[in-house]
Amino acid sequence: MIEVHGLTKRFGRTVAVDQLSFQVRPGVVTGFLGPNGAGKSTTMRMMLDLDNPTSGSVRIDGRHYRELAEPLKHIGALLEARAMHGGRTAYNNLLCLAQSNRIPASRVTEVLDMVGLSAVAKKKPKGFSLGMGQRLGIASALLGDPEILMFDEPVNGLDPEGIHWVRNLMKALAREGRTVFVSSHLMSEMALTADHLIVIGQGRLLANTSMADFIQENSRSYARLRSPERARLEEALRDEGFTVVEAEGGLLEVDGASTEELGELAARHGIVLHELSSERASLEEAFMRMTAESVEYHAHAGPRWGMDQPGEDRRGEGV
Amino acid sequence: MTTPYQQPPQPQTPQQSPQWQGGPSAGYTSPIPVRRAHLGDALASEWTKLRSVRSTMWTLGVMIVLMLGIGLLTALVISTVSSEPEIPSGQEVLSLGFFGVLLGSMCVITLGVLTIASEYGTGMIRTTLTACPSRGRVLVAKSLVFFLLVFVISMVITMTVSALQLSILGAQSPDGGAWLRATAGVSLYLATLGLLSLAIGTLIRHSAGAITIMIGVVLLPLVLAMFMFSDSLTALREFMFDYSIPNQMAAFYSDSIRVSGPSGWEPLWILLGVTAVAMVAAFFSLDKRDV
Repeated sequence: MIEVHGLTKRFGRTVAVDQLSFQVRPGVVTGFLGPNGAGKSTTMRMMLDLDNPTSGSVRIDGRHYRELAEPLKHIGALLEARAMHGGRTAYNNLLCLAQSNRIPASRVTEVLDMVGLSAVAKKKPKGFSLGMGQRLGIASALLGDPEILMFDEPVNGLDPEGIHWVRNLMKALAREGRTVFVSSHLMSEMALTADHLIVIGQGRLLANTSMADFIQENSRSYARLRSPERARLEEALRDEGFTVVEAEGGLLEVDGASTEELGELAARHGIVLHELSSERASLEEAFMRMTAESVEYHAHAGPRWGMDQPGEDRRGEGV
Repeated sequence: MTTPYQQPPQPQTPQQSPQWQGGPSAGYTSPIPVRRAHLGDALASEWTKLRSVRSTMWTLGVMIVLMLGIGLLTALVISTVSSEPEIPSGQEVLSLGFFGVLLGSMCVITLGVLTIASEYGTGMIRTTLTACPSRGRVLVAKSLVFFLLVFVISMVITMTVSALQLSILGAQSPDGGAWLRATAGVSLYLATLGLLSLAIGTLIRHSAGAITIMIGVVLLPLVLAMFMFSDSLTALREFMFDYSIPNQMAAFYSDSIRVSGPSGWEPLWILLGVTAVAMVAAFFSLDKRDV
């Protein structure tokens, strides 16, 4: 269990993290979601007592990080892929960590085996690919067999097989009753792994909800129509009180209507339809809508996609 | 859990993920026992770090080669060119070790800085401090392991070099005090200089920057003093010359009480004082600054 209370971090005049309060519970994977620069990494560093909060506090199992007797046995963290000495073998990198927390050396071999790095145990991480570095970082997090695990962007640089492995690993760790806290800037990734969601934007808490509730609240369903008599169809729909949005490619989109009623409507008016389908807005879009005002680094060319232009990035994933 | 920030428990909504149903709310308990880690564990960890990187082997290897090579070479050159029939005194022979030690000190500085600054360069420091959140313990463990390693190696080398030089030149063995200063004294001074570098490395957090600063500290006062021609600067020049680190090192090989500048064991006390101040600053920097 991690408890964050009123956590604030200022760098000069910029507020990186602003009055964050939340709890991370055991037994579930908690996703920590936010666009780049939202303060996710800063928050995680403060949780590990690497950065000092301007105000507020973090409690790990009810204690301050520095009060933990052997921290690696309470909390394991993957902060960034390369938080290791590149010139020291993978085995020795983990061994020095194990020794500082009196973890038996046999455990080093065990975790290297667990992440699939046994073959390169005696190799230096500077020759590792990004994915291998990430695996080594995960091995260091698992070293003390801790109750709490924190992963900062764990799937960065991993190949599809590696991504699949990380997802299953996180779920398995949570199933064992551990507290699993994972940051990401990809909603689609979180939708596949997280049970609970904490969303931040510009350091502020935007949502703290279960994944299921988030999906229910945020995924808008709509119907998509295509017709050679578009103007007539649009008029007919408006007459019947539907909200119609003109999408690209001559498509019409209608919110909150079933395909049945729309098909019947078209038939009544004798309008030919070339396409009629029901779609769900992606969670990615919901996430972007939520964080739109708080995104720090906008690309300035063109309109913000997925916000003002409905239908542009609707892949109908729905999850 | 008893914390002041107990929030009302949030109802756990049923999980909809197909892979698994709900989760046990009880926490996980590892079979690995938790005991209170102490300085000994941190020392073991730091020793593993120091011995498992090639830069340690390189810097110490070069130091050994420089101290041994230069020491023996000077002795051999003197024994062949010297036309004077008289045998040099033991004290004079011991002082031949000075050049090797001065060059070897560059390696000690480099290794001292790298011991901590390389962790900032690689990001390892974050891993180190999450494993051992007590900044004081990390700093003490690093300092102790590094100091002992440098001291032991320097001690062995200075004793070997002195003994070989005396036998090559056929000089009489000098008195115990001179021996002790030329071996233990010089070795303690070198190791302390390394500690000062480690402290500077902690403050600067950048290998190249800290090494440059330390080389400047060692050489600059001497070089500057050479160029202070003006009469008004005489006092300053004398001071910088006397208390420059090469001159302090040379003092260990000098028998006589000199009129100005440190003599006997004084250089060691001066350097220890400076290092202590730097270490305190390094500790506060490590403790207060964000990593």
